[in-house]
Amino acid sequence: MKINEQWLREWINPALDFEAIGERLTASGCEVEGLEPVATDFSGVVVGHIVSIARHPDADRLNVCEVDYGQEPLLQIVCGAPNARTGLKAPLALIGAVLPLPEGKPLTIKKNRLRGVESQGMLCSASELGMAEKSEGLLELPEDAPVGRDVREFLGLDDQVLELGITPNRGDCLSVAGLAREVSALTGMALSPPAIPARPAVHQEVRAVSLPAADACPRYAGRIIRNIDPAARTPLWMQEKLRRNGLRSRSPLVDVTNYVMLELGQPMHAFDLARLTGGIQARYSTEGETLTLLDDQAVTLSAGTLVIADEQQVLAMAGIMGGADSAVTASTRHVFLEAAHFRPEKLAGQARAYGLQTDSSYRFERGVAPDLPLKAMERATALILSICGGEPGPVVDCCADDQLIVPVQIGLRRARIGRLLGLQVADATVESILRQLGCQVEGRDDGWEVTVPLARFDLRMEADLIEELARIHGYDAIPDQLRPLPPRVTLGLESSVQPLALRKVMVGRGYQEAVTYSFVDPRIEAGLFGAPAVIELANPISSELSHMRTSIWSGLIPVLQYNLNRQQNRVRLFEIGPVFGRAEDGRISQQRCLSGLVTGLAAAEQWAQPARRVDFFDIKGDVEALLALASVHTFHFIPMAHPALHPGQSARIVTREQPVGWVGALHPQLEEKLGLGQPVYLFELTLEALGTRQVPKYQAVSRFPAIRRDLALVLDKTVLSSSLGEVIGRTAPAQLIGWNIFDVYAGKGVEEHQKSVALSLILQDFSRTLSDDEVNRIIDTIVAALHDATGATLR
Amino acid sequence: MQSLLEMMGAAHDQISQADNLAALDQVRVHYLGKSGLLTAELKQLGRLPPEARKAAGQEINRVKESLTAALDARREGLQREALNARLQAESLDVTLPGRGDEAGSMHPVSITIQRIQDIFGQLGFGLAEGPEIEDDFHNFTALNFPDHHPARAMLDTFFLGGQDREQGLLLRTHTSPVQIRFMQENPPPIRIIAPGRVYRCDSDLTHSPMFHQVEGLMVDEETTFADLKAILATFFRAFFEVDDLRTRFRASFFPFTEPSAETDITCVHCHGKGCRVCSHTGWLEVMGCGVVHPNVLENVGIDSEKYTGFAFGFGVERLTMLRYQINDLRVLFENDVRFLRQFR
Repeated sequence: MKINEQWLREWINPALDFEAIGERLTASGCEVEGLEPVATDFSGVVVGHIVSIARHPDADRLNVCEVDYGQEPLLQIVCGAPNARTGLKAPLALIGAVLPLPEGKPLTIKKNRLRGVESQGMLCSASELGMAEKSEGLLELPEDAPVGRDVREFLGLDDQVLELGITPNRGDCLSVAGLAREVSALTGMALSPPAIPARPAVHQEVRAVSLPAADACPRYAGRIIRNIDPAARTPLWMQEKLRRNGLRSRSPLVDVTNYVMLELGQPMHAFDLARLTGGIQARYSTEGETLTLLDDQAVTLSAGTLVIADEQQVLAMAGIMGGADSAVTASTRHVFLEAAHFRPEKLAGQARAYGLQTDSSYRFERGVAPDLPLKAMERATALILSICGGEPGPVVDCCADDQLIVPVQIGLRRARIGRLLGLQVADATVESILRQLGCQVEGRDDGWEVTVPLARFDLRMEADLIEELARIHGYDAIPDQLRPLPPRVTLGLESSVQPLALRKVMVGRGYQEAVTYSFVDPRIEAGLFGAPAVIELANPISSELSHMRTSIWSGLIPVLQYNLNRQQNRVRLFEIGPVFGRAEDGRISQQRCLSGLVTGLAAAEQWAQPARRVDFFDIKGDVEALLALASVHTFHFIPMAHPALHPGQSARIVTREQPVGWVGALHPQLEEKLGLGQPVYLFELTLEALGTRQVPKYQAVSRFPAIRRDLALVLDKTVLSSSLGEVIGRTAPAQLIGWNIFDVYAGKGVEEHQKSVALSLILQDFSRTLSDDEVNRIIDTIVAALHDATGATLR
Repeated sequence: MQSLLEMMGAAHDQISQADNLAALDQVRVHYLGKSGLLTAELKQLGRLPPEARKAAGQEINRVKESLTAALDARREGLQREALNARLQAESLDVTLPGRGDEAGSMHPVSITIQRIQDIFGQLGFGLAEGPEIEDDFHNFTALNFPDHHPARAMLDTFFLGGQDREQGLLLRTHTSPVQIRFMQENPPPIRIIAPGRVYRCDSDLTHSPMFHQVEGLMVDEETTFADLKAILATFFRAFFEVDDLRTRFRASFFPFTEPSAETDITCVHCHGKGCRVCSHTGWLEVMGCGVVHPNVLENVGIDSEKYTGFAFGFGVERLTMLRYQINDLRVLFENDVRFLRQFR
C-alpha cells in the first residue's frame, strides 16, 4: 500500500515530518517498507511551450523547437522526442538546471550544439525528472499550465511516498481515509476529510438490481450518469495522485473509480450503460459460463463464483475484475456505476482460484466497510460530474440484510487489560484511544461497552480491543523486567540419549554435520533404492525437490558429489533429520534418523601413520560407537542385501528383532553411475533406536587374578564370527568375563575354504584364583561346543 | 704394604678408565670379587702375626672402602652418561604434528539451536516436537486461521500431491502446530520451545524452501505481554552476548496471537549505529510473537479466562547468520566441507 504525503496531509496534518509519521505507523503495525520522493531533486525546470517546430537540417530524428518560457526571447531547443509538436507544453530545463541522474553525476544543462545547431536548454521526459522509471517522449503538461512556472511547484513535486506493509487483518488501512484514521489515533489529532455532498438526481433512469446471492453480496448500489463528455481528460492533479500511489491513468471514468478506491477504500466499477441488457444481479455462476475479462483473458467459470450479470450475460467477476464487453471505452456516453459490498469470507480465495489478484479483490478479501458504497457513490458522482459533466440519476441501493450495518459491540473489562498486557492503562487513556479509532465507548461497572467501526473487521472480541490499546499506547510502555518465575528443571533423563550426545560422538570421530532438504530428486531415490519415493509434493519448487526422502542418503550423496567436484576427496558427513515413508495400511510414517557417509582416507594424510583408505570396519566402528550410547539394548549386525549397498559388505542392524538401520559399502555400480570414483560407506539408524541408555549400576570387581587363554581355531570361511560369539555366550560359565577375536587369517597355511581365527578368553572367579585344571575344563567345553556348532577345530 | 698401595693405585686407574658398566664390573670382580686380588689379601690376614693383623686389616679395609666408593661413583657417572646418551638418541622433533584425526563439526544451525535450547532451558523452557507433514487443522485451523483467509496465503504452503492430495496434508509452514499438539496433551502451566524444520514454497537469494524455526510457548495463570518482553529481551542478550542489547516491539498480526508483535533488536553488527546489515535503521527484525489468542486456547480446551500465555517464533538461519556473520543464506544448505569445517 502506497500513500503520498500531500494526500495524507489533506486529511490530517500533524506537526510531524513524514518520516516520523512513518515511524509511528511502523510501531503501531503498518510497517514502512520504503520512503521515496515522487521526483528527483532537480532544479531550474519550468513550463515550456513549443511555439514552432522544424526538422533539424542534419539529423532525421531531431527537431529544432522554438520554446516560450515566459521571458524574451524564445529559446531554441533541439529535441529528439517523438511527441514534440507545436502547441505542446512540456518541462523545460533552462541553462544551469541540474537534473540528478539515477546513476553517476547530476546533469547540469549547458548551452550545447547538436549536429551544428545550438540548443539553449532541454525539454524533459518524466524519467529525466525522476518521476518514472521509464518513459517515452516528453512529459505532456496540461494546456492551461502557466508558461514559465517552476515545474516542481506546478506539479507539487516536493512530495514523497510511503510504501506500507499492511497486515491481512487491516483491510481498513488500504485507503487514505483509513491511514488518516490511524494517524489520528496515533497523534490525537482530528481528521479533516473532504466534504462529500450528495448529488441529486436530474433524471429518473435506473437499472433494477436483485441480489439472489445475498449471503455473499448483501448490498449493491448502482447509479446511471447520462451524457458524459467522452472527450474529457483526467485532470493532472488526479493523474499525479494515481501515479504517486502506484496506478496508471487510463480514462476519466476508470481513473475516478480508482481514485475513490484509493481515497475511501471502496472498489467500484463503471459499466458502459449501452452494453447492459435489462436489470443487474449479483448471483453465483453456473458451471461453464464464460467471461472475457478486462485484460482480454477469457475465463470459463466454475459453478458458485460470485458474478455481476445482466439479463443476458455475465458482466464481471464480482469484486475481482470487470468484463471487456461491458467496460467503458473512449466512446462511452452513459455510464452505470457500481459500489457494492461483498462479504470478505465469501470472496476469500476466489481471485486466487482463477490465478488473479486485483486491487479490488485484495480489498474485498480483507473487508470493506458495508456502509461505504453510498459514500463512495456520491464521491465518484461528484468527481465524474466535475471532470466529464453528465446527468446523474437516482442511486439504487439494494440491501438484503438489515443487520449488515449494525456495528459490533464488545465488552471490555478494566481488569483484563492488565491481565493480558502486564500494564495498567488509565481509564481516560483507554477511552480516548478507542474514540480516536472511531469506536463509541460507554462506561460500565467493570469497564466499557465498545461499539466498533464497521470498517474494523478485525475487532470482534475483548482481546482485539486490548491489542488496540497496546499498539496505540505503544508497546514501549509495557515493562520488560524479568519477574521471578517458578524454577523448572528442564534437563533430559539420564537414561535418555539426547541428539547432542550423538552429534558429539560423530564430531569426535571426525564427521561434519550436514543439513539437507527433506525433499529430494525422485531419480536419486530410484537410483539408490530401486523405487522412487512415494510421497510427492503437489507444488514443488522444482522437479529436483519434488519427493519426500525415504532416506537421508538421498540428501547426503548429492552433497558428496558437490564436495568431490571441489577437490574435497576425504569426506565424512552426518545428518540428523526426518525421513518419510508409507506403512502397509497406506498411512504416512515420519521418523528421525541419523545417517553418515565416509569416503577417502581413513585419517587425514599424516607423516606418522601410513595412508589407508577407509573401509567397512571403519564405518562399522563409528556405528558401534553410536550404538554404545544406547546401552540399554543389544544390537546385531545381520548380513543382508540392500539395493544401494555392496551385497557382500552390507548389514542390517537389528535390536529386539526390529530392524533399526543399515551399514555398508555403496554398491560399486552406483559408485560408478554417480561418478564418485572412490568407495563410499554409508550408515543410517533410526533415532528412536538410539534413544535410551542404561543408567550404570555398580557391579563389584573380583579381587582375584584373571587368566587369559588364547585359541587358534580353523573353520570354514562362511562361519560368521557372530556365531562364535553366540556359542561362547551360550556355553561359557560365569567365570568367562571376556573374549576377543584378535586375529583373522586366510591364505598360505590354511586351506582355501577355511580361515584361522585367533580368540583370547579371559577367565576370573569371584571367590578364588582359578586352577589350571578348572581353566582347562572350561576351555575344553567351549572348544567342544564351537566344534559341534561350527565345525571349528583347534589349529 | 708397598704392593697394596700399588694395587690401589692401579685399581683407581682402571676404574677411571672403565668406559662402560660391564668393564667397570670386571674391575670390581678383579679386585673385590670372591677371588679378587683384595679379597685374597683379606684371606691372607690369618697368616699374619696377631699383632700385625689389626693394622693390616685396617689398611685393607681402607683400600676396599676407597675402591668401593670409586666404583660407586664411576658407576653413577657411567649410568648418568648412558641415560644421557639414551635421552639424546630418543629426542624428537616435538614440533611435528601429533598423530590422530581432526575433530569434525556440528552444523552452524545445530549449534544455534543448541544454544537456544540451553538458554531457554535455564529459563525453565522444556523441549517439544511435532511432525513435519502436518494436517490443515494443526497448521492452520487450530491456530485461528479462517478458511481461505489471506493470512493463509501469506505462508506459501507446500501441499502433498499424488495419492495424498485429497487429505489436505501439507508440510508445516511454521513450528506453531507444535503449540497445538503440546497443549492438547499437556495441561498448563506450560513452558516449552519447539525447534524444527519448516517449509515454504519460496526460493531465492534470501529464501530457502526449507529452514528452521524455534517456537516458544508459555501458558500460566499470570502470564502477560510484559513477561513476553522480559523473556525475549533476556534471551537475545544471552544469545548475542551483548549486555546492553535492546529489544523493540512493534504491533503486527498473526492469527494465533492477540496482541501480536514483531520484535526488533539493536543491530549486532553496528550496535545500532546503522549499517548495511540493518539497512541503516540500527534495528534487526528477528521474530514474531504475541499473547496467545483466546480462540487458540479454547481450540485445545484451555480456559482462556483462567489461563493466558504468550508464544513466539523465529528463524534459526537468521540468528545463525547474524551470530556468525554469514552473509549468504545458501551456504547453509550447500554443505561444502570447507564451510562446515569452520564451525569446530
